[in-house]
Amino acid sequence: MGKDPLEALRERVKTWEKGPLKRSLDSVPERKKEFTTTSFIPVQRLYTPLDIPAFDPGKDLGAPGEYPFTRGIHPTMYRGRPWTMRMFSGFGGAEDTNARFKYLIAHGETGLSVALDMPTLYGYDTDQPPAEGEFGTCGVAVSSIRDMDLLFGGIDVASISTSMTINSPAAMLWAMYLVMAERRRVPWSKLRGTIQNDILKEYQAQKEWIFPPEPSMRLVVDTFEFGAKKVPQWNTISISGYHIREAGATAVQELAFTLRNGIEYVKWGIERGLDVDDFAPRLSFFFNSHNDLFEEVAKYRAARRIWAREMRERFGAKNARTWWLRFHAQTAGVSLTKQQPLNNVVRTTVQALAAVLGGAQSLHTNSYDEAYQVPNEEAARIALRTQQILAHESGVANTIDPLGGSYFVEWLTDYMEDEAYKYFDRIEALGGVIPAIRKGFFQQEIANSAYRYQKEVEDRERIIVGVNEYVEDEETEVTPLRVTKAAFHRQLARLKAIRAERDAKKWRRSLDALHKAAEGDENMMPHIVDCVRAEATLGEICDTLREVFGTWEEPLLY
Amino acid sequence: MAKKIRILVAKPGLDGHDRGAKVIARALRDAGMEVIYTGLRQSPEDIAAAAIEEDVDAIGLSCLSGAHMTLFPKVVQVLKKRGASDIVVAGGGIIPPEDVPKLKKAGLKGVFGPGTPLADIVDFFENAAKGRAK
Repeated sequence: MGKDPLEALRERVKTWEKGPLKRSLDSVPERKKEFTTTSFIPVQRLYTPLDIPAFDPGKDLGAPGEYPFTRGIHPTMYRGRPWTMRMFSGFGGAEDTNARFKYLIAHGETGLSVALDMPTLYGYDTDQPPAEGEFGTCGVAVSSIRDMDLLFGGIDVASISTSMTINSPAAMLWAMYLVMAERRRVPWSKLRGTIQNDILKEYQAQKEWIFPPEPSMRLVVDTFEFGAKKVPQWNTISISGYHIREAGATAVQELAFTLRNGIEYVKWGIERGLDVDDFAPRLSFFFNSHNDLFEEVAKYRAARRIWAREMRERFGAKNARTWWLRFHAQTAGVSLTKQQPLNNVVRTTVQALAAVLGGAQSLHTNSYDEAYQVPNEEAARIALRTQQILAHESGVANTIDPLGGSYFVEWLTDYMEDEAYKYFDRIEALGGVIPAIRKGFFQQEIANSAYRYQKEVEDRERIIVGVNEYVEDEETEVTPLRVTKAAFHRQLARLKAIRAERDAKKWRRSLDALHKAAEGDENMMPHIVDCVRAEATLGEICDTLREVFGTWEEPLLY
Repeated sequence: MAKKIRILVAKPGLDGHDRGAKVIARALRDAGMEVIYTGLRQSPEDIAAAAIEEDVDAIGLSCLSGAHMTLFPKVVQVLKKRGASDIVVAGGGIIPPEDVPKLKKAGLKGVFGPGTPLADIVDFFENAAKGRAK
């Protein structure tokens, strides 16, 4: 009888360690005592089958398009259709961003993604006092249906999918999109797109909230219910790890907090009386793609496996689409440097590669000038071209999950999955997601990781090219992008016009009806749509709900 | 014993990006300073009032939303109006290079962009406090 191959390998590795490896280390020691991923996970010199002794390719990986979807959610992945190239864009007024959309579509973009300005994200109109100084600076201002209509002027919303990064006022912006389509006689059943609508990560990381957690969650579930009935192809949420990571979390924290948030949304939906297979197939995800290629790929693979298991085993979902974790990825904004900005093109390429190797459904690539400003046209085009080069020239889209079976990647996938479950237990011990938010748990975990990372950069344990090594004195010129005063004045004039021209009675009635619905327990979404039809502005709709729900103050910590 | 340096770390406007502000707050605290963090969404008036009430030596403002040209100078103006121009004001965030001289002209003593070493920021505030003690 032959020897057990694993036993034989173990002996072989031992011999190698005592012999060639030891001799090599004696003559040339390794660069560092400990090697770690970007997220502080220790990395060994070598991974072999001995590191994944229980690995069962049939059970742990399955086949693409089959449970547990480790290798991807579709049987052909990018051989069928490449990922959607969706560039997050927005600045100034609706006209400015409309022009950028058309520019990107003309250069081969295949999906739209709207970046909104700070006042819009907080549910304020451009002319409300808290909006001072913020018009159009980090996204486009959309205060009313008229802005939304201009934003998509000349764009066929029946044929392109649109993602909107909007959270606390997600229901309102979605209602504007729906009414815009209605006015163009495009049936809602034809609309495809996504609202981010992930309020939990706002409290944890992105910090753009209006209302306290409970009424916010009610609004989210209202959109689930409304979407399942009326807008069947729309993703009513994009459960986002991106901002958690950008705020400083590790890859494991991003994975764990995002999936636990996802589970929370499903619980709330079921509590409302919805069938998991009716609404959960429209839940989508959004992850960061950072510098550490293998860590990122392992994260995506672990995420798919955890979600499939939780949906099938915990919630008893029967529909395979409910088990799918579909995700958008964005390269890591936080990794971009102001120093030697063209180096950011290279960083973004590596990060985009990780997203593709990890099986992303859609991708945004950051522009090299984003440590300076919202991207200029040229920088945005190069970022889009980066995706096109990956898709058509690199060969990485030819085969499915090409890193599957790598001892290191399989080990890391298992490791991240285990660590995520440990976080699930800690969150449970705190009473669940919302109590943990109130206690500042996520916020403190994220702040701790951010500080640890910065200290390592400061101590030069981490090298950032151009920042703490290979530093140059020369300043690189970046073509500035400026929001014009004219755009601001156009926006103010548009708001003035809508307030003067709309049917005041109809407008008042719609807001009163929403107020009443909010005080009771009916679904608020149809009322919000009515408010938009009556040309109520975003600020007016949100103020109506502020009156009923109040606002949120976060626990202060750092 | 020397009086501890007191710094207010503040987030003006609507911007929710608080990673940088929190990292700076902690670095200053680790360097032995007394740090007060305002939390998010503070108006320039709120910030100036907190700085005066807490009797700080300096204020560190953080804004990544692009509203710095409106909000940062306003903090300086409100301090001046309230007779507290001796409080040093500095700011950081996503700030295009051509805005830096304008902010300095508006009364900011320091403007820090991405990639600034924490040590430089600690030094800045130590010197600011020393200058103020004179």
